[in-house]
Amino acid sequence: MLEIAGLHGFYGESHVLHGVDLSVRAGEVVTIVGRNGAGKTTTLRAVMGILQKRSGSIRVMGTETIKLPPERVARLGVGYVPEERGIFASLNVTENLMLPPTLAPGGMTTEEIYRLFPNLKDRAKSQGSKLTGGEQQMLAIARVLRTGAKFLLLDEPTEGLAPVIVQQIGRVLETIKERNLTVLLVEQNFRFAARVSDRHYVMESGKIIDAIGRSEIAGKMERLEEYLGV
Amino acid sequence: MSATALFGQLLLGLINGSFYAMLSLGLAIIFGLLAIVNAAQGAFYMLGAFIAWMLFQYLGIGYWASFVLAPLAVAIIGMILERTLIRRVYNLDHLYGLLLTLGLFQIIQGMFVHWYGTSGQPYDYPDILTGGHNLGFMFLPTYRAWVVVASLIFCFGTWYAIEKTRLGAYLRAATENPTLVRAFGINVPMLVTLAFGGGVALAGLAGVLAAPIYQVNPLMGGNILTTVFAVVVVGGFGSILGAIVTGLALGVLEGFSKVFYPEASNMVIFAVMIVVLMIKPAGLFGRER
Repeated sequence: MLEIAGLHGFYGESHVLHGVDLSVRAGEVVTIVGRNGAGKTTTLRAVMGILQKRSGSIRVMGTETIKLPPERVARLGVGYVPEERGIFASLNVTENLMLPPTLAPGGMTTEEIYRLFPNLKDRAKSQGSKLTGGEQQMLAIARVLRTGAKFLLLDEPTEGLAPVIVQQIGRVLETIKERNLTVLLVEQNFRFAARVSDRHYVMESGKIIDAIGRSEIAGKMERLEEYLGV
Repeated sequence: MSATALFGQLLLGLINGSFYAMLSLGLAIIFGLLAIVNAAQGAFYMLGAFIAWMLFQYLGIGYWASFVLAPLAVAIIGMILERTLIRRVYNLDHLYGLLLTLGLFQIIQGMFVHWYGTSGQPYDYPDILTGGHNLGFMFLPTYRAWVVVASLIFCFGTWYAIEKTRLGAYLRAATENPTLVRAFGINVPMLVTLAFGGGVALAGLAGVLAAPIYQVNPLMGGNILTTVFAVVVVGGFGSILGAIVTGLALGVLEGFSKVFYPEASNMVIFAVMIVVLMIKPAGLFGRER
């Protein structure tokens, strides 16, 4: 589904990704963990084509995308949920939900989405700017589930949210797995990540420094805590 | 004073207001998506009128065909300029966009002054819109009624397209966060080009509508542009509905002042602008940033 090899990325003059290698197989949920500033968000932005100063190789479903603009990457069937959620303040909830064009058949119907996110139904006519952080996050995820995207990039979906909302998002991720979608997740909340992920990559200073399978987590907990500095 | 004079000036005010509304609506769309203050908007208005006149003069093509062809030609010229020149200044300060489009305005206007002089060319009313009706309290020339109706239809049609349709939702979303809209699979650079084309086509259409009322003159764009900028400041930069309502209202106000105190008619819009700037700097319909 995704193969990244020797990815370098730059913000202006500063070199932030130093040869990232990672891969995600179809149907997997893979998490990138790491401290602030390690390059996790930048990696997602590079995959999406939002970070344009990049080199190396990014293959999405077999297509080389290193030179493609974001709209072409999205059209391959990639759904992006940015860290800042990106809810449009001038659009209401329904307009936000319906905004991304359908990329492939098999997306969730509006009814299925409202069953999964009942709060959004109640707030259908509210302006995007009036939503709570949790509602914004739900909407940001719901928005890409509608499009039929097969591969989702989720950037810190639990950041700054109350534990009860984090649980709700955990259930959403389980639904996503049941639908056999592939997810690359960036997450600081390791307990959340451990619950939903098949594998983990540890990132530091713009490189992947370790990969941990689901079965190894218990044994490597100490090392992980050291990586994350907790 | 007579009621006829009052209503006559009111109608003229509505007509000028319609032109202000169409030009500033185009400016609002362009500013919203491109963050460019398009100082060439007046040139596109003049081009609309001139293309209609040239189509008739050289090819014998009449008003109704020009009503479609001239704005289309203006849109194409605008889109070529956006792709080749204006696109290059998006990442620079707003001032560069203003200066670039001001330069384009001077070049386009200068070319037409060079070719056609400044005396103005007559352009005939379309046959079925000549004449008029006596409404009792005033005489209503058919063509003038048509101008008001047509521009209202186009202004509110544009408003509807932006506020209520899917394409409009893309436009509004791309105004807020173009990068994310691209990440959803929408070709925003193309959308920007189309928005610029649409924005200048509104000015071109106003030019065609104006051609039979005023003469077709290379300087007509410069005359209207200053007023349109004042309209935009009063309405609030980037506000779609603000551009329409303010354009019409200030046109009518200007018409009224011609009746009651003609000496003030050239400055009344600017007086309003100064007052609005002092009380609500973001404009009547604008949001503080």
